[in-house]
Order: sequence, then C-alpha cells, then structure tokens
Amino acid sequence: MSTELVLQYLVAGLTYGTIYAVVGVGFNIIYNATGIINFAQGEFVMLGGMTAVTLHGLVPLPLAIAGAVLVTMAVGALIEVTFIRWLQRPSVLRMIIITIGISIMIREAALLLWGESVRALPYFTGNEVSSLSLGGVHVSPQVLWSLAACLVIVAFLRVFFRHTAAGRQMRACAANRDAAALCGVPTRNLVTLSFVLSAGIGALAGCVVSPITYTSYGIGAGLAIKGFTVAILGGLGNSTAAVAAGFIVGVLESLSVSLLPAAYKDAISVTILLAILFVRPSGIFGSAEVARLEAR
Amino acid sequence: MPASRLARIGLFAAAVVAVQLATQLAGKGFLLTQLTMSAYYTLVALGLSLLMGYAGQISLGHAAFFAIGGYATGLLTTVDLAARRGGGLVHALERAHVLVPRPDLYGGEALSVHPWAALAAALALAVAVAFAIGIPVLKLKGHYLAMATLGFGTIVTSVLLGTEALGAADGIGGVPPFPLAGGLAVGGGRTARIANYYVAWGLVALALLLLANLVESRVGRALRAIHGAEDAARAMGVDAGRYKLRTFVLSAALAAVGGVFLTHYDASIGPGEAGIMKSVRYVAIVAVGGMGSLWGTVATSAVLSFLSLRGTFGTLDDAVFGAVLVLVMLFSPEGILRLDGRAALAAIAGRLRRTEARP
Repeated sequence: MSTELVLQYLVAGLTYGTIYAVVGVGFNIIYNATGIINFAQGEFVMLGGMTAVTLHGLVPLPLAIAGAVLVTMAVGALIEVTFIRWLQRPSVLRMIIITIGISIMIREAALLLWGESVRALPYFTGNEVSSLSLGGVHVSPQVLWSLAACLVIVAFLRVFFRHTAAGRQMRACAANRDAAALCGVPTRNLVTLSFVLSAGIGALAGCVVSPITYTSYGIGAGLAIKGFTVAILGGLGNSTAAVAAGFIVGVLESLSVSLLPAAYKDAISVTILLAILFVRPSGIFGSAEVARLEAR
Repeated sequence: MPASRLARIGLFAAAVVAVQLATQLAGKGFLLTQLTMSAYYTLVALGLSLLMGYAGQISLGHAAFFAIGGYATGLLTTVDLAARRGGGLVHALERAHVLVPRPDLYGGEALSVHPWAALAAALALAVAVAFAIGIPVLKLKGHYLAMATLGFGTIVTSVLLGTEALGAADGIGGVPPFPLAGGLAVGGGRTARIANYYVAWGLVALALLLLANLVESRVGRALRAIHGAEDAARAMGVDAGRYKLRTFVLSAALAAVGGVFLTHYDASIGPGEAGIMKSVRYVAIVAVGGMGSLWGTVATSAVLSFLSLRGTFGTLDDAVFGAVLVLVMLFSPEGILRLDGRAALAAIAGRLRRTEARP
C-alpha cells in the first residue's frame, strides 16, 4: 500500500472517528452523572442529522443545524424527565433494558416520520468533489469541518466542566452523588442537564458528518456500539481519552476495509471492544476510577 | 415431581389442546402455522429467562445462537457432497448413514447430511461457541456484559451477511423436512400442520419440565443464591462462575434447538434471525413474562410471538416491542404477571406530585 493511500485511509478514519468520539463522550457525560450507560446515545446523532436535513428545506443551513441541535436537546430532556428521573435507584439491568427500549422507540418514530431513505445535508463549503490538497493528500473541506466541530465540542466541554457552576456541580455529582446532594447540589436537575448536553453534542456531530457519512433512521444502534467501544477504550468516564480512542477506532476500521471484505467492517470495532473488555476493562489510558475524578 | 408442577404441566397441555381445537372449530387451521413457529421462538425465550432470572445475566445476543443452530442445519442438510463420493471421509460417513442421498432441484441425486446428524452438529457448534464466548464474557457485569453480548450478535450477523457460502443477505433455502418417527416430519405443508403443532409445543413442554426440575434442584438453589448475592454465594462455596457458564451454555443450546427446528419447518433461514432486534425481542418477552418465571415466559412468548408473526402490529412491530420493554421495566420490573397495580399507580402519582412540586 502506498503512503498516499495510507494517508487517505487515515483521513477517512478521522472523519468517522469524529463521530465515534462524540458518541463516546456523550456516553461518558451521562455515565458520570448517573452511572447509566444510555443505549439510546446513537439515536441522538441520527435525530440531529435527520432533523437538520428536514429543517434545511425551510431555513438556511446554520439555522437548520442550530434548530436540529435544540430539538435533539429537547428530546434528551424529555427522555430523562419521562423515563429516568423518577426511578429510585434502579438496577443496572433495568436501566439497560429501559434505554434499549427508548432507542427502539426513537428509531421506529424516525422510520415513521422520515421513511427508510438515506439523507444528507449539503456540504458546508464546496461540494462532493471539492478537495484541499494537504501534502499530497486530498481532503474534503467537510472533513476539516468535522474535526473543527469535534475540537469545539471538546473545548466547550472542558470550559463547561472547569469554569461554570453547573459543570463543577456535575463533577461533584460524578465524584460522590450523595455528598454532592448534601452540599446542596441539585443532582436530579444535573442528570437532566447531562442528557441535554449529550444529546446536543451528538446532534451537532450528526449534522457535521452527515454530508460524508449520510444519515438514515437505523444508524443509531451501530453508532452506540462503536461509541461504547470508544468510551471503554478510553476508560469509562474519561472524555479526553475517549476522543483519542475515537480516532483510533475510526482509523483502524478504515484501514481494515483495505484488508477485509467491507461487510466485515462493522465487526472490527466490535472485535476491538470484546478484546478490550476481556483484557483490560479499565481502558488503555489507565485507571478509569482515577481518570473519572481527575483527568477531565 | 410435586403435584403442583404436574398440575401446571397438565394445565399447559390442556391449553395447547384447547387452542388447537379452537382453531379447528373456528375453521382457522392456518393459524397453527404461526402458533407452531411461536413455539420454537419460545424455546429461545425459555433459556433466556433462566439466564436472566436465575443467573442474573443479560444476553443481547441470543438470536445469534438461534441463527447458529438454524444455519448449521440449513447448510449441512442442503450441501451436496455427491461430487466427493470418492473421498474416504465422505464414503465412511455415507456408510454410517450420516450422509443420505436426496433428490436435488434438477431431478438428480444430492448427497447431504441426515437432519438428525445435522441437529447433533448444530447443537455441538452452538454449545462450543457458547463456551468460547461465555468463558470471557461472563466475567463481565452489567453494561459490559450487555455490550459484549450485543457485540457478539453483531459479529454473527455481519459474518452471515458477508459470507457467500451462507447465502449472504438471502440466507439458506430449500431445507428438507426433519424426519421424526412414523413418517411424521417437521416441515411445512398443510397435511401435517396439526401434528407439527403438537410436536413443537411438545418440545416446549419438554423444555419446561427440564428447566422446572433444574431450578428446583441443587443447581437452581445455587443459581438463586448467585442472583441474590454473588459474593455471599461464593463465600458459601458456590462456584458462581461455573454455574453461570453452564446456564449460559444451556440457554444457548435451547436457542439452537429452536433455530434448527424452525429452519426445517420454514425450509429456510435468513440473516435477520440473528439481528439485534431479534435478540432484543427475546429480552422483551422475558421481561414481560417475568425474569425467571418460566410459565410467564411461555405465556408471553406464545402471545407476543404469535401476534407479531401474524403481523398484528403492522409497521409498528418493532416499536411495540420497544414500548413494551420500557413500560414493563418502568412499572413492573418483575414481569406483568407480578404487576402490583397499586404500587404502579402510587409510583405514577408520586412522580406527578414531585414534578408539580418543582418550580
């Protein structure tokens, strides 16, 4: 394989990596606030992309994206308030089944609403064929948009968790929920906020990559598994590591296409997931416990 | 066997007979086809109920075991080894009646594996895979276990979809009937519809007896202890890991049996049988029936599978299962047979009050 081809695969991998990273971060936000893995995480990405495509028929692109993010955030809040908020210390098994049920309901609602067709937003700048040449590698401007969006999301979350009252309270909540509640932190509202945040970033990522990866009603489940792989690879709860892990999984998956039949592509990340789970469940970036408290 | 269990089996048999007579009286014998298929899906749900209720382990990949059974028998009973008759192994297998001649599509003669041998092979394969997957997977808990089993299902689906020899997206068709005693065979066709119905539900009754005896035995007590408090059970000398693994393997074998017979009954199997949504359905059936409640699982599986196969829910089929999952888990996590109406209402009322109280 020539160097250029490898670089080309790398770029493709980074694009998909962006979305896996954001889904992984979304898992982490909710996990830190609640200890729940939200199996409907991939559905947020789908909802964001699909809503933006629909809104784009009515309003300019930036407004459509903003609208899609807001709508998805509202859905996130609705899910939390309707299904999660009032459960008293539910068992893990119960929460897994409930969030799976929610993900199916969202998916089926999307199927009714939008049908089976595959959709995409237009390219933000240029079109399908426009590309920038970076050191001999052709890169679609949309890839840069995706990377930029990922960067913005990470930077935003960093500022949010370090420098805002709500963010600090969420960290306190993650460290010790009961202690935080005793200090007057409104833990229940923070759980809602965690769903809103993770829905919002998922929707934004769904919009930005949709011109390249396309969106349809059924993409959520696959994204959830990959995002979970990423979250585990980085160590559950550690969002910075999740981004790095997202790029690793994206690139590995993309390189695998050159070696294996494309039908097996989806099996790659799952194999990675199983391998990590069996060998090193705390992730490759160190202890999840420590990471959860400090590294954010 | 205690009298109460005998009575339940009797009740079950009576219900099975009553349904058959009812369809006959109503002149709707065709409904037996879906009822028979429901029975085979019920086998999967029964195994999963044991796993979730007694071993406390979730599996989001049980459809994969069903598909492994179905594909194994489908492949073995439709493969044609006539061209390799010269080979020593093929010859020996033919002498042992493992390979039998059957007419192929073009009037010629094909040499395929006998369905009974295929059943044995399918079971062996499912058990082997369950062991191989179970040993590492069952060390995991909670979310990790759920995702790992979900991942296993995904891998099986994509392998089935990506492998030409397994028919890729089309699956395997033309699977011959499965011969039983006295000229009876598990297969489609209207003449043997009633007999097939009884064969299928007879299998369910057998599985029920087996599992009911198991959960009342030493093994069942050990499993309940593990479910209640794993550390305590371990401290009392219960080898938790081994019991969980065995339950997992047993439930996988039951799923594979369901897959084998349904494949012969339908004469075909497709990759959809291994999909995530199928696995989630089995979990939904178990959740509604009550995890660990074998009788509840049989009842819900019979009803839900039948309605779904009849297309009652139309395009909302998957959505219904999703909604059922959420509702049952929210209001009655022990299954609807143990639904405490007042507690559920109190929960809803409490929830409304709390929402109102908030500014």
